[in-house]
Amino acid sequence: MESVEHEDTKANAPSVIDRYYTRWYRADMKGKPCEDHCILQHSNRICVITLAETHPILQNGRTIKCINYQISNGCSRLKNKVSGKSKRGGQFLTDFAPLCRITCTDETEYTIYSCIRGRLLEVNENILETPNLLLEKPSTEGYIAVILPKFEESKSITENLLNRDEFENIISKRSSAQSQPS
Amino acid sequence: MLPLKEKDKPIIQKLLSAGCCARCILRFCCVSVQAAYRKPPEETLEELQIFINDTKNDKCQDSVALDSTDEYKSKDAAESETSEDPPNKRAKLETSITDAQSEEGAAAVVKLKDGDSRVCVVCLGILQELCGTTQAVKITEAVKAGNYEFDTLVLSVSLPAQLCVREHSCWLHVKKEVREKGLVLNKDDVIQVKEAFKWIMQGMVAKELGGTAVVTKVSPFEVSVEFTHSETDADCHFLAATCPDCFKPTKNKQSVFTRMAVVKALEKIPDGKFLKHYPCPPKQPTSSCSPQEVQCLRVSVFVAGRYNKFCRSLPQTPWVIDGERRMESSVEELIAAPILSAFRADGFNFSSSGREDVDVRTLGNGRPFAMELLNPHKSRFSKEQMKQLQETINQSSDKIKVRDLQIVTREAMSRMKEGEEEKTKSYTALVWTQKPIQREDISFIDDIKDLTLDQKTPLRVLHRRALAVRQRAIHSMSTRFLDSHHFYLRLKTQAGTYIKEFVHGDFGRTNPNLCQLLKTNTDILELDVESVDVDWPPPVPE
Repeated sequence: MESVEHEDTKANAPSVIDRYYTRWYRADMKGKPCEDHCILQHSNRICVITLAETHPILQNGRTIKCINYQISNGCSRLKNKVSGKSKRGGQFLTDFAPLCRITCTDETEYTIYSCIRGRLLEVNENILETPNLLLEKPSTEGYIAVILPKFEESKSITENLLNRDEFENIISKRSSAQSQPS
Repeated sequence: MLPLKEKDKPIIQKLLSAGCCARCILRFCCVSVQAAYRKPPEETLEELQIFINDTKNDKCQDSVALDSTDEYKSKDAAESETSEDPPNKRAKLETSITDAQSEEGAAAVVKLKDGDSRVCVVCLGILQELCGTTQAVKITEAVKAGNYEFDTLVLSVSLPAQLCVREHSCWLHVKKEVREKGLVLNKDDVIQVKEAFKWIMQGMVAKELGGTAVVTKVSPFEVSVEFTHSETDADCHFLAATCPDCFKPTKNKQSVFTRMAVVKALEKIPDGKFLKHYPCPPKQPTSSCSPQEVQCLRVSVFVAGRYNKFCRSLPQTPWVIDGERRMESSVEELIAAPILSAFRADGFNFSSSGREDVDVRTLGNGRPFAMELLNPHKSRFSKEQMKQLQETINQSSDKIKVRDLQIVTREAMSRMKEGEEEKTKSYTALVWTQKPIQREDISFIDDIKDLTLDQKTPLRVLHRRALAVRQRAIHSMSTRFLDSHHFYLRLKTQAGTYIKEFVHGDFGRTNPNLCQLLKTNTDILELDVESVDVDWPPPVPE
């Protein structure tokens, strides 16, 4: 392999997410202020659902008490199983299907939603054992779930979502609104 | 002299008046002497007429006359020789002749010719004018036009399915007569139209081609003739009502009335039912079959070798997303183009021992690959010519290089796929670390041996592979420090290990991963395959 100069190449170099994924957002999920979700869509249409950096769970030094994938008496996301190339058997989710509920030590509880229509492929079980992953690496190892949109909907599912610029606009408006005395 | 017996007479009579051609009559008399079919059909017809008219030819004379031709007789005829033959049905015979005469009102020779010009009710002309020099010339021209390289060829014939229905009807027609005579004759003993056609045509084609062997069984070069007959396509249709389970529609078939399905239905249908729905003997057609285009097909040739890929913007196979081409070329196309034109093949199937990503290079001895060349018009290549072909490929692009190019057998190709999972592969990765590193921070990696990874199917390929956790082994690693954020990592791994995911962790879905080992975020900037340890194809000595 030839020797190439790599000084500081990475400071501004694209990360894995930058290279292969498009970031989409849903702000103030279900009208709840700041409950922002981030959807990472791979070029192969697979979507990874994560908390946006601005989500209340990640603010004010909160710590997580528990994460619950049992979203109702009859339905647990942990029971989700897919088989084969065609991912048969996965739970089919719509935009507002809950993925899990996260309770913080200050007894605040948040519901994380699917954000897009698609088949649930997997949920992140690592965060059950190590909830700190969610706090430390919310957009990589602390992901919530992986969803496969229908092939024919892979373009249209992001129509209702915010792109990065739109989301950043909302965030800056939000912070300027907060900084203004009420 | 035709190898016929007294007891064939009633069959001949019946078939003649039914509108069968001379050669089909020989078939139903189970004559298996190939030479008998090669005679001009007018001559055969004349002989048949004379034979059945020869009423003075009593049984005693007959057997004497035919003694010399005994060996030519079909097995069945020979076996049943002892059976008592009742006298001919003269009345019927005379009727048929009178009929013909009244039509003609002329000399016997003319009458015979006219009889022959009628399209046979069974073979629909295939053993008549479609089985002669014109057809042989047509076949030969198609072969010559393809400019094929071959030692032998095999003829194959595809006949319209309704021929089976007509054959069955005709069989039932003579079977009746045959039973009256107490002769035991099986449908299987009737010579097939296909067989007779080949017996007649093989020699003619061989002669036209200047003496090339036209063989009956196996040859790598197959020339097929197809006949259709739209006029009688509806012949089969009644079978769908009587045997609906034989005619289930399938995706790839244009018509449910395939030859196989029709044969199966005919085996099932009771004679009575058949006769109720279909005329016996079959109705006189107005036209002969139409010959379709002659198809020539040389069996595939397989070519193998190893390739290097020196470019980080070249996919292995054409990369198409939403019907749009993503990169201008591919390894497959660069290798295939010169080979395809040298072998003058119609197409190819490319396969290799694994594959690399578009941005990954393959160095060292390269990656084994094999190609099936479809219908190669040229197939004989010396070692020298293969060397030359390899050189042509290598001159055509600096993005790839090929070595050990050789012709292999179809069986040998499976060796490559066998090796795919068990064999090892070596890589070099250029790794970035978020935290600054020093030489000694990474040296512990060199001591890690046989590290087992639990790899969930990478998100990158999850859309086309099943979700699973796969255990893969990294047999050994070594590092080369570059600067405070970069080092080269050499890995020897079990085939099927995803290297990129081992380095960046794939959202923590590969465990352990390099981020965990180094306790910092790591990313992969470049990747090279250094070796694919599969000992196939064998090296070609210089």
